[in-house]
Amino acid sequence: MAKSKMVYRTKHANRIKRTPGDQVVQVLIYLIIAFCAIVTVLPFIYVVAGSFATERELTERAFFLFPKEISLNAYQYIFKTGDALRGLRNSILVTVVGTMINMFFSCTLAYPLSRKYFKGRNFFTNMVIVTMLFSGGMVPSYILIAQILHLTNTYWALWLPGAINAFNMIIIKNYFQGIPQELEEAARMDGCNDLFIFWKIILPVSKPVLASISLFYAVTHWNSYFNAMMYINDRDMEVIQIVLRRIIFLTTSLTTDSTFDWGAFGTPPEKAVKMATTVVATVPILIVYPFIQKYFTKGVMVGSVKG
Amino acid sequence: MTKTKTAARSSTRKKPVNGTWKHALQSHKWLYILIIPGVAYMIVFNFLPMLGLVMAFQDFSPYNGDSAIDALIHSPFVGLDVFKKFFTGPDFWRLLKNTLSISIASLIFYFPMPIILALLLNEIRCSWYKRVSQTLVYIPHFISMVIVASLTYQLFNTSDGYIYHLLQQVMGKNAPDFLSDSGLFVPLILGQNIWKETGYGTIIFLAALAGVDVELYEAARVDGAGRWKQMWHITLPAIKATIVIMLILKVGQILNTGYEQIYLMQNSMNRTVSDVFDTYIYTKGIEGGQYSLSTAAGLFKSLVGMIMVIGANKLAKLFGESGLY
Repeated sequence: MAKSKMVYRTKHANRIKRTPGDQVVQVLIYLIIAFCAIVTVLPFIYVVAGSFATERELTERAFFLFPKEISLNAYQYIFKTGDALRGLRNSILVTVVGTMINMFFSCTLAYPLSRKYFKGRNFFTNMVIVTMLFSGGMVPSYILIAQILHLTNTYWALWLPGAINAFNMIIIKNYFQGIPQELEEAARMDGCNDLFIFWKIILPVSKPVLASISLFYAVTHWNSYFNAMMYINDRDMEVIQIVLRRIIFLTTSLTTDSTFDWGAFGTPPEKAVKMATTVVATVPILIVYPFIQKYFTKGVMVGSVKG
Repeated sequence: MTKTKTAARSSTRKKPVNGTWKHALQSHKWLYILIIPGVAYMIVFNFLPMLGLVMAFQDFSPYNGDSAIDALIHSPFVGLDVFKKFFTGPDFWRLLKNTLSISIASLIFYFPMPIILALLLNEIRCSWYKRVSQTLVYIPHFISMVIVASLTYQLFNTSDGYIYHLLQQVMGKNAPDFLSDSGLFVPLILGQNIWKETGYGTIIFLAALAGVDVELYEAARVDGAGRWKQMWHITLPAIKATIVIMLILKVGQILNTGYEQIYLMQNSMNRTVSDVFDTYIYTKGIEGGQYSLSTAAGLFKSLVGMIMVIGANKLAKLFGESGLY
């Protein structure tokens, strides 16, 4: 659809002549867009390049997008010392289990709400809307999680509080609503119950939306910092964002905290390690990014929120 | 909305629903079992904290009882005293000033950015160029605030930050130190937001632009309308409603500067300007244990947000826009 429009537009744009001034503006627009794209990616390239450079090159050359001499010291450091590797492991655990919990709660709530014959549907939908409009705020939630449920220093404090994101749940609900009735009715003729229909019919045909919402939840878990800071004090349970923040902002932690033998490297490649830790925390997002993009550009996200 | 209504009507016509709850529970037992986890979640994690708002009207202390719930029951009610203390206290006006300077600056400088970028992207005819640049500018939205903060630190710090180094070559000793100069805190926060969210923010406007009939542009061009006239008379009207909705939402967020970003960029040098309601609630409430005071601050913040949304919506309707609801 969009593509055919594009072709159509180009053809006609060529037919109606542009004035020279107009062409200058057009070139300018292309340049501005290119500038925006470059400004967006340059910091990432800079950090990736720096993470592979030797410490000497990092102090001698101010800026480069490709190191003269490739060094893996920073990554060796990361993967031999505890902090960043443990942070990565913990983040993977938090993300994987957390996303499964998100999807369980979101789908089981979305399904009944998506059925027109579900008595009480309006009541429960309004309940969701109230949670979207108003919240108790940070302090009551903190007291609940830390002092009433005693979830401090467990990952439940990261998994449970955000288990349902109302916006994501509504996107799933709208998708369920859009599935043709006939599929369900056929199964009902055969005497299947609601659980069977949900599990064997609705969920399998909803794979695209389930995949995209899972990715959104996963990205949120991977990126979450503040909750981890509030609820997790145990150093062995730190997630990667906490480790990254410590390595970047508290410079001294590198040499004093590790039990790593520096004999092999001489001095700690401090700047490169900072960059490499940034890269390691970013790469998982960049790996899933193409999959996420596939869905949100399709309009799954934007279009369905309105309904 | 209307679609769901008609669909609901047609389904009731096909299969007359037996009105009793007993029947509903019997025939759709599994639906009621499936909804239990979600409803339990909302009760515990959304509605219980709302009950916790009574702390704002109490002189709450966790030591007033054996458990937090017990303490909540036994803490004395003090009416609006906590609010009085909050509004007349030494922090209120400073917090208000800092919060408003960030959010108003963001309304002026950040808010138009996605609109401008969307308009520019809309002018791009070469489809691969458009696709590639869109792909690139969306990326930072998915990056964590910690990574944004660490990229900022690595580029702007005064010892080996590359951008600082560049600025030093141009401006010499006057090179701006974004990380600790309190006068540059608001530009720093804005710059981060613009870098992170401008690209992703274009999606909603581009979606609105995709619905514009290309023949309108054709007709305008035949009538001799140039690029600016086309933008003014076709493109902008097409996204006006979306702009208004986004503006209402943004106005509702006027006291919500977010705590994560500001907390990450805050340091002892810029604290005079970087203390906002959100960070205050965290430091006073969770680090400092002044539960009643910070709950009152939070309640004030969300009430103002609600009032602003309702007000902005009314205003939009006065000007003939459809608004949020």
